[in-house]
Amino acid sequence: MSLVTIRDLAVSFDGVPALRGVDLNIPPGGALGMVGESGCGKSVTWLAALGLLPGRARVTGSVRLAGDEILAAPPATLDRVRGGRVAMIFQDPASSLNPVHRLGTQVVEALRLHRGITGGAARAEAKRLFDLVGIPDAARRLDAYPHELSGGQNQRVMIAMALAGQPELLVADEPTTALDVTIQAQILDLLNRLRREMGMALVLISHDLGVVAETCDEVAVMYAGRIVEQAAAASLFARPTHPYTQGLLAALPPIDGPRKPLAAIPGGVPEPWAMPPGCAFAPRCPHASAACQARIPAHVAVGDAHSAACILAVREMVPA
Amino acid sequence: MRNTPLLQARDLVRRYGMRRGLLGRSVDITAVAGVSLTLERGRTLGLVGESGCGKSTTGRMVLGLETPDAGSVEFEGRIMPPPGTAAWRAMRARMQMVFQDPLGALDRRMNVAAQIAEPLEIHGIGDAAARAARVEALLRNVGLRPDQALRYPHELSGGQRQRVVMARALATEPALLVCDEPISALDVSIQAQVMNLLVELQAEHGMAVLFISHDLRAVRQVSERVAVMYLGTIVEEGTPDALLHDAQHPYTRALVSAIPHPGRGGNRIVLQGDPPNPAARPSGCPFHPRCPVAVARCSTEAPSLRDHPDGRRVACHLAEPAAIAKAA
Amino acid sequence: MLRYLATRLLRALLTIAMVVTFAFVVLRLSGDPALLIMSVDAPPEAVEAFRTAWGLDESLWVQYVKYFNAILHGDLGRSMRDGRDAIQLVAERIPATLALTLPALAIKIGIGVPAGIYAALHRNSLTDRVVMTLAVMGFTVPSFVLGLLLVLVFAVQLGWLPSGGDGTWRHAVLPVVTLGVGGAAVLARFTRSAMLEVLGQPYIRTASAKGVPWHAVVRGHALPNAAIPTVTIVGFMVGSLIAGAVVVESVFSWPGVGRLLVVAVANRDLAVVQCILLLVAITMVSSNFVVDLLYGALDPRLRQSRAGGAG
Repeated sequence: MSLVTIRDLAVSFDGVPALRGVDLNIPPGGALGMVGESGCGKSVTWLAALGLLPGRARVTGSVRLAGDEILAAPPATLDRVRGGRVAMIFQDPASSLNPVHRLGTQVVEALRLHRGITGGAARAEAKRLFDLVGIPDAARRLDAYPHELSGGQNQRVMIAMALAGQPELLVADEPTTALDVTIQAQILDLLNRLRREMGMALVLISHDLGVVAETCDEVAVMYAGRIVEQAAAASLFARPTHPYTQGLLAALPPIDGPRKPLAAIPGGVPEPWAMPPGCAFAPRCPHASAACQARIPAHVAVGDAHSAACILAVREMVPA
Repeated sequence: MRNTPLLQARDLVRRYGMRRGLLGRSVDITAVAGVSLTLERGRTLGLVGESGCGKSTTGRMVLGLETPDAGSVEFEGRIMPPPGTAAWRAMRARMQMVFQDPLGALDRRMNVAAQIAEPLEIHGIGDAAARAARVEALLRNVGLRPDQALRYPHELSGGQRQRVVMARALATEPALLVCDEPISALDVSIQAQVMNLLVELQAEHGMAVLFISHDLRAVRQVSERVAVMYLGTIVEEGTPDALLHDAQHPYTRALVSAIPHPGRGGNRIVLQGDPPNPAARPSGCPFHPRCPVAVARCSTEAPSLRDHPDGRRVACHLAEPAAIAKAA
Repeated sequence: MLRYLATRLLRALLTIAMVVTFAFVVLRLSGDPALLIMSVDAPPEAVEAFRTAWGLDESLWVQYVKYFNAILHGDLGRSMRDGRDAIQLVAERIPATLALTLPALAIKIGIGVPAGIYAALHRNSLTDRVVMTLAVMGFTVPSFVLGLLLVLVFAVQLGWLPSGGDGTWRHAVLPVVTLGVGGAAVLARFTRSAMLEVLGQPYIRTASAKGVPWHAVVRGHALPNAAIPTVTIVGFMVGSLIAGAVVVESVFSWPGVGRLLVVAVANRDLAVVQCILLLVAITMVSSNFVVDLLYGALDPRLRQSRAGGAG
């Protein structure tokens, strides 16, 4: 059974849709990468699932955690889920930690809430977590404040805090975007190691296909509030099927071979209040035809656990 | 004149006094610790490194926006005049800058056409009709529609804004364009558009480009040569492919292996430790505390940037292929 | 930390010295006290004798140096009206002023801060809009207008409370309310915007994401952070405990420092005016000093840079 099952999740802000129906399954211990450009809804999906969006957001659909609906769950239930069963870390570690509280205090808060540990035992456990995520001089760092640490170290603290509740799923929202390349490598390494050692599932949200490719078993590509392609990582990069996925991969500068102009995707992402009819990618798609505007294309299986929401994908699969 | 490079920077040093408080002692931070670079007309040099490595400071010194504490900048064979002087302003028309954040670089109250015409007016180039024609040509050049000339910055997307910034930078036909992280605030698909545009514009206008970025992939896409900076010094310089496929400096190797790229497998070099702190420079080679192959000598003696037979420059005591292979 | 304290102290003393100088210059430039205090048709010899008695015949420089020297020795001079010690004259009035401003401060904090927090937590709700409308009215209406309005309603129309004077606690009610309402409005608006700013920070989302119940997020992660800017305003209010009631004391003829000041200015009673200004400067500067120390206690980022000597 899936650990998390999301069905038809949709979000709108003041009547403007931001997420237009997302379906996802996260198996226990699985690693799903969610890729897409800014505004595609990859972060909103998980903020909505965990009830972390501001009050003006309208959320519909279903989010089940081990079979139990959590989308409209009472606050007390949600507070046990958040940080306890599903933890989340964010892009900018420095501002994601409270500047006026000591790092240890912030981790101990999570320990108290989800594991009922307090006092010296909590401090000892917090130190163990700091050691686990590779913070040097852990005992002293417990008494430090966020501004005294580098961005990479703060992200390690965020991860330690997320692990405090022994979650079954860690959602990492652009965890390395604000960090330098060599520090990004450290953090991705850490996330991989922790997932292996603790058997927890991981959702890695990133705009960077490369980051996701190396860390995740499965990848979902999002565009304009929908998942347009989903597949095992190897399959997705070997046989990208949706023209948007193909475009994203082609837009990456290669690291070898002759240098030639990049196959950039023309135009820009449509504004959420002016969505084109049918397939949202059609106006930028090199293969678009009139048929693309008729309706929103449904997901089509194009391989083993590989699906794409494109009418072209259908054509390719129908034997001639 | 023909054989002098367009830009020649020699041993640039930039220190900042971080004064702590009214009565506090001043702490010296060396942002750039002796950087030399050469840029030929019409070519592109990439400057790569992580935050705090001094690449942006180097870019600003090259433009004369900051005065180096030591070293010199020669542009078209002449020493850079002091900033603010008339001679400097005349020279500034020949060199322009493109920043990371296009919205911050543009004036929110001016429409696109007025923004692009501004440098022409400042430098007194052409009459009104000539300027209008030039603005129109530049707009077409950077791939904007004529009707977008009357838009305001907030009505444009990030990629379109960066196009406006580039059109404005090109208005005075500069010989040098310094681009400081011009694509890192943009989405992947837009990054590709802007990189393509930069290459096209260079082919058409023939300006030289100093392309400052943390992204080696992007630098390879647009540059003929790359210099990798670490803690205010260049540690390796050469062609992008030489650096990407046969890096000689251990830091370059780590940087290359840290590039996330679909279809590239695991075995990457993960550097230990935090990014370097310019306020606490280590002795000897600035990279030695994080270097996986450092030897005793590295902590006492700073390696100099030496020319290699294949045309690259490397600053590493172990920068002989045999030495690196043995140590690793 | 010590160096930081020393710098702040030096700056505070400098501020006070500047206030003293400013008061001296402005008061001497605004008219001859001898002519004002003696009647206009007083014989010239009498005026001259007055001048000599009060040292007004000496050059401004000499007067200034003498005056400054006297202050350093704790001598603020005597009232030109009745010859009493200026400090004592002012000190007698302080309790009366505090009797208004302290309860008013309690109203400001007791109503303003909770109202601001509530409005921020229920942003754009009906309550928020009502609170904010009242707050805007509260600080756009000048205190003398509000005071007169209250007198009109509660003293003249309803006859519940006296319209002015002193003696019983009933006399204090209207001036205290007048003072408190305006300050509460300012504080409510300020607290609301500080809270909204903090509630929009990523660390609030982090706290929710780790399962902290909302009321605990507000208490543990939002209030301490929002307190940092709010402390500035409260500090300013504490600093104006002495001088903040000039208008209200006049409207309600309350015998406090404020009214003494008005009378002394009208009479060109230099020593008294200077004494009050010095007192006001000292309270302002010292409350500022305390605010700075509080900042350090509330915000570890400042504490650390101060430990390094930054300010």
